[in-house]
Amino acid sequence: MQELLQNVRLVPMEHYVWLSSLLFCIGVMGVLLRRNTIVMFMSIELMLNAVNLLLVAFSAYANKPEGEVFVFFVMVVAAAEVAVGLGLLVMIYRNQNTTDSQALQTLKW
Amino acid sequence: MLTALLVFLPLLVSVVVFLSPRKLAPGIALAGSLAALAIAALMINAFDPALGRQFSFEQAWLPDFGISLKMGVDGFSLLMVILTTVLTPLILASTFNQARSSGFFGLILFMESALLGVFVAQDAFLYYLFWEMALIPVYFLVLIWGNDNNKVVTYKFFVYTLAGSLFMLAGILLLYFNNPARTFDIDQLYTLQLSGNQQSLIFILMFVAFAIKLPLFPFHTWQASTYTVAPTAATMLLSGIMLKMAVYSIVRWIFPIVPLGAWVWGDVVLGMSIIGVLYGGWIAVRQDNIKTMLAYSSFSHVGLIVAGLFCFTEEGIQGAMFQSFAHGINVVGLFFIAEILFQRLQTHDLKLMGGLRVSAPVLASFFLILMFGSIGLPMTNGFIGEFMLLRALAGYKLWLGVLAGATVIIGAVYMLRAFQKSMLGGSEKETFTLSDLTLREKIILFPLAAVVIVTGIYPQLILQITGPASAKLGELFNVYLNYSSLN
Amino acid sequence: MSSSEILLLTCLLAPLSGAGILLIAGRSLPKSFASALATTSVFLSFIAAFLLFRQTGAETAAFKLNLFSWFTAGKLSVDMAFRYDQLTALFLLVITGIGSLIHLYSAGYMHEDEGHNRFFGYLNFFVFFMIILVTGANFAVMFAGWEGVGLCSYLLIGFWYKNSDYNLAARKAFVMNRIGDLGLLAGLFMLLNRYNTLDFEALQEAVKAVKSGDAYLTTATVCLFIGAMGKSAQLPLFTWLPDAMAGPTPVSALIHAATMVTAGIYLVVRNHFLFSLTPATLDLILYVGLATALFAATIGLRQNDIKKVLAYSTVSQLGFMFIALGTGAFTTGFFHVFTHAFFKALLFLGAGSVIHALHHEQDMRFMGGLKKKLPITWITFLIGTIAISGIPPLAGFFSKDEILAFLYAKNPILWGLALLGSLMTAFYMFRLYFLVFHGSYRGDAHTESHIHESPISMTLPLMVLAACSLIAGFIGIPEVFAAHSHWLNHFLGNLIPVQHPEGISHSTEITLMGVSVTAVLVMVAIAFRVYGQGKVVPVAPEEEKNPVFKLLAQKYRIDEFYNFLFVAPFNAISQFFGKIVDNQIVDGIVNAMGNLAMTTSGLLRLLHNGRVGTYLLAMTLGVILVLAYNLIF
Repeated sequence: MQELLQNVRLVPMEHYVWLSSLLFCIGVMGVLLRRNTIVMFMSIELMLNAVNLLLVAFSAYANKPEGEVFVFFVMVVAAAEVAVGLGLLVMIYRNQNTTDSQALQTLKW
Repeated sequence: MLTALLVFLPLLVSVVVFLSPRKLAPGIALAGSLAALAIAALMINAFDPALGRQFSFEQAWLPDFGISLKMGVDGFSLLMVILTTVLTPLILASTFNQARSSGFFGLILFMESALLGVFVAQDAFLYYLFWEMALIPVYFLVLIWGNDNNKVVTYKFFVYTLAGSLFMLAGILLLYFNNPARTFDIDQLYTLQLSGNQQSLIFILMFVAFAIKLPLFPFHTWQASTYTVAPTAATMLLSGIMLKMAVYSIVRWIFPIVPLGAWVWGDVVLGMSIIGVLYGGWIAVRQDNIKTMLAYSSFSHVGLIVAGLFCFTEEGIQGAMFQSFAHGINVVGLFFIAEILFQRLQTHDLKLMGGLRVSAPVLASFFLILMFGSIGLPMTNGFIGEFMLLRALAGYKLWLGVLAGATVIIGAVYMLRAFQKSMLGGSEKETFTLSDLTLREKIILFPLAAVVIVTGIYPQLILQITGPASAKLGELFNVYLNYSSLN
Repeated sequence: MSSSEILLLTCLLAPLSGAGILLIAGRSLPKSFASALATTSVFLSFIAAFLLFRQTGAETAAFKLNLFSWFTAGKLSVDMAFRYDQLTALFLLVITGIGSLIHLYSAGYMHEDEGHNRFFGYLNFFVFFMIILVTGANFAVMFAGWEGVGLCSYLLIGFWYKNSDYNLAARKAFVMNRIGDLGLLAGLFMLLNRYNTLDFEALQEAVKAVKSGDAYLTTATVCLFIGAMGKSAQLPLFTWLPDAMAGPTPVSALIHAATMVTAGIYLVVRNHFLFSLTPATLDLILYVGLATALFAATIGLRQNDIKKVLAYSTVSQLGFMFIALGTGAFTTGFFHVFTHAFFKALLFLGAGSVIHALHHEQDMRFMGGLKKKLPITWITFLIGTIAISGIPPLAGFFSKDEILAFLYAKNPILWGLALLGSLMTAFYMFRLYFLVFHGSYRGDAHTESHIHESPISMTLPLMVLAACSLIAGFIGIPEVFAAHSHWLNHFLGNLIPVQHPEGISHSTEITLMGVSVTAVLVMVAIAFRVYGQGKVVPVAPEEEKNPVFKLLAQKYRIDEFYNFLFVAPFNAISQFFGKIVDNQIVDGIVNAMGNLAMTTSGLLRLLHNGRVGTYLLAMTLGVILVLAYNLIF
């Protein structure tokens, strides 16, 4: 276990921060710019994983297990979310014949 | 204990009525309202006007916020309780021949409970709660059982009065936060020492709610349409009892708590109410829908009541309380007559009526008595109230009394016109023939007509109930009156 | 309770119980029982009044019957109290005496009517309120009677309620009275503001220290007089009285001639202690009375409806009563009330008898030559006509001449005008008399064949009233004929200070009488010349050639004028308030508030366009802003 942590610490902290920030921004831009809901969904997953990466890195550097525990939580929640979300998307596709977010406006007002 | 029973019994019965089958509902509702009347009778029997608040009931409710179930009955309350408990059974009975679901009767009882709550609550929060509670049944009564155009009208009525109530809530909260004891208890509020500006602000906030409920000019435009559209039972509740909530609230929650605020704004209120007296009466002169006509007449009468209150004298307050009672009786009777006509003729339009006295002389006689009560003929209740109110106004400023006194002319014009258009005539044009009153209708109208005459001949029956309370309130303002007469 | 108090209560309650029974259970009672009950109850009241009167002398102190405290609040305290004094005594006699005669008369007159029992109920009710009016010990109780007789007047004018014109007349009477009542109320409030009491005795005490001509009191008495104007049909509030003839004729006789319309005079006489302090008000009363007397008399000259002539005559005579009051001669005013009650009731009942005989024909153009067919009516009517014209020794002469004497003392020019009024009275009354009873019958043959004298129940009151018209004047024999012969002045002397026409010698007074009597006789002669042979028959107002006569026949078009000036604008403003101000402006503002909320929400909801992308962008920007805020600050 300690060995694993040592390996994580081989990379400097700043690199983790930059990488996960980059991943998070990519995710944000993906959600904002892409219209295909499945891609938007993937982008959200990307954001979650960027956070997960950071959590693991901090946890290793701080030598505390809580961060890793959170990562597991996030992964479980994300999995559940994917299950529900993809189900919803399939249903929407069946009804509307599209998954384009611009076309799904029936909720306005 | 009696007080709590008085308020919660109708509430309880209303739940039973909601759940009971259509056939049993009217009977249960009537029994419930009669039980409330019996409780009120017990209270009258044991009540001593000189003692102030009696039948007190106190039960901690939300102690963290200083809220308790504090109730009690003094002269003002008792008069209103009598009015409510006497009128509710009659109003219920007035609807017995209509095919309506249990909910209708349940709502009326629910309403009674809320109204009684307003009249006995001695805790500002509790009072506010009941005040708002009274709005709910009316909303549904008008929405579900109103005639055409009811959605728009109900919406407007509800939003308008609710908006007013929010101002009142703000006022009550201001009182609460200015109260070092942090309680809504009325006795604590009566001891508050508020600055003039605070009093003014609180007065305005609370009075907006009352001005809308009464209504006073220019907040009255919901009234005519709501009265016209609402099922007549709801109109009776609104005009007979609900607007008295506001009159009562002025003497209970405004005068003793923010006297200086009321004093400062007194002339403005007088102006609004006297404009209402003349303006409402004047409009009533040319109304062809009998319910609209009565609505404007009610508006006019209420203006005079409020004008009397804001003379800040014992006479004015006594007159206002008496006239509130008298107006409740008269207006309910007159609306019931409108309802009787509607059930037989399917119209409220005076232009389509005429010559009804030929076939319905008893109906015409009751109409006549109630009408002259409303006009204020001596030996009827309307005269006593009107005389005392006008006297109070004239005592404050003679020309105001005379100006408002024009209501004795205008009132005669519109009432006699309505009577003539509906009941008289008939030799030249074709008229309706309609069956005269049924026994049930006579049973409802007789007590009303009797009260009109009995309290007109011996008004002390009513006056003595509120006498000491009014005297106390009058004394409160003597300081200001003396001060202003010095300058 | 003393016997006097019991008598007074009987006097009050007998008509009330009659009215109560008849109005509640009237429809199930037989007609004969109803009329008997009503007549008996008023007659009982008369007996009580008479017994009370027997106990009363000029020196007898007034007594007060305090039943209960009517209403009290703060400083305002009003008792349900009644007072009996000499003035009340005489009024009670007139009301219940003439009242019972008219009840008796009505039993015959209304026999065929389907509303017979209701009629008697109303009539009894009226007598009750009239008694309240004259016995009330304070203004409030008096006002109760005042309004109560107004109510009965309304009900009885519109008694035949199927006729819309009659209903309009009833409404007009009530509303016009109410206009006067507002004045009366204003007067009451002024008195209350200053003296804090409405009790007549207490007021009399309170004003003792007030100087004559006090401005406040003057305003108050003018207000009271406005009330009297409404009730007693003086200019400008008189137009309801001629219209009130829509009611059955006994009603016109009782309410609109003998009793109710004199309530205004009663009001002034009762409060003589106030009015005598305010000379300006008295002058106003004098001029209003004089104007009314002349104005109404001129209209009376050219009316064709028998009841309308009598109505305008009543208005004119009421004017004479106010003239008397205006000169400060309160007892004289009452004296004329007293005599007028008899002969005017007689004239109305006589007219009723004629109308009854002619099957409700009221137009004099279709009458004539009735003296043979209706002998009793003819004789009694002639007596009434002579009495009202002021020919001695009948009742009208005494009271009218007393008024004229007072007026001469005040101002000879006014005397001349008033004399002119009384001459017109003589003229139109004899015109009426000749048109109805002399000449030949001008109606259709069918009606003629059915003309018959009225039954005894109708002629008996005529005879009694005729007898009273003959002798009633002797209660006030002028002092010029014999010292201390004026019983009325003596009887009322302790209550109301007696006035004497100042600066008039006995010889002047006798000359004045001579002048007026001669002039009246000349007028009668002219009337006889013109109408006596039945050759000149009046025409309908529309066909009148002479523009002055036409204007008179159309009553100066005063109703049209009032309609144009008051009624039409009143209604138009009501429409304007209801349709424009209330619906458009006041409600418009309320709706505008609602619309403001709606519009704002309409603008705001554009942000809510349903696109996920927009929401996400907003969220992201929001987060960035929050972060940036935290970084910077």
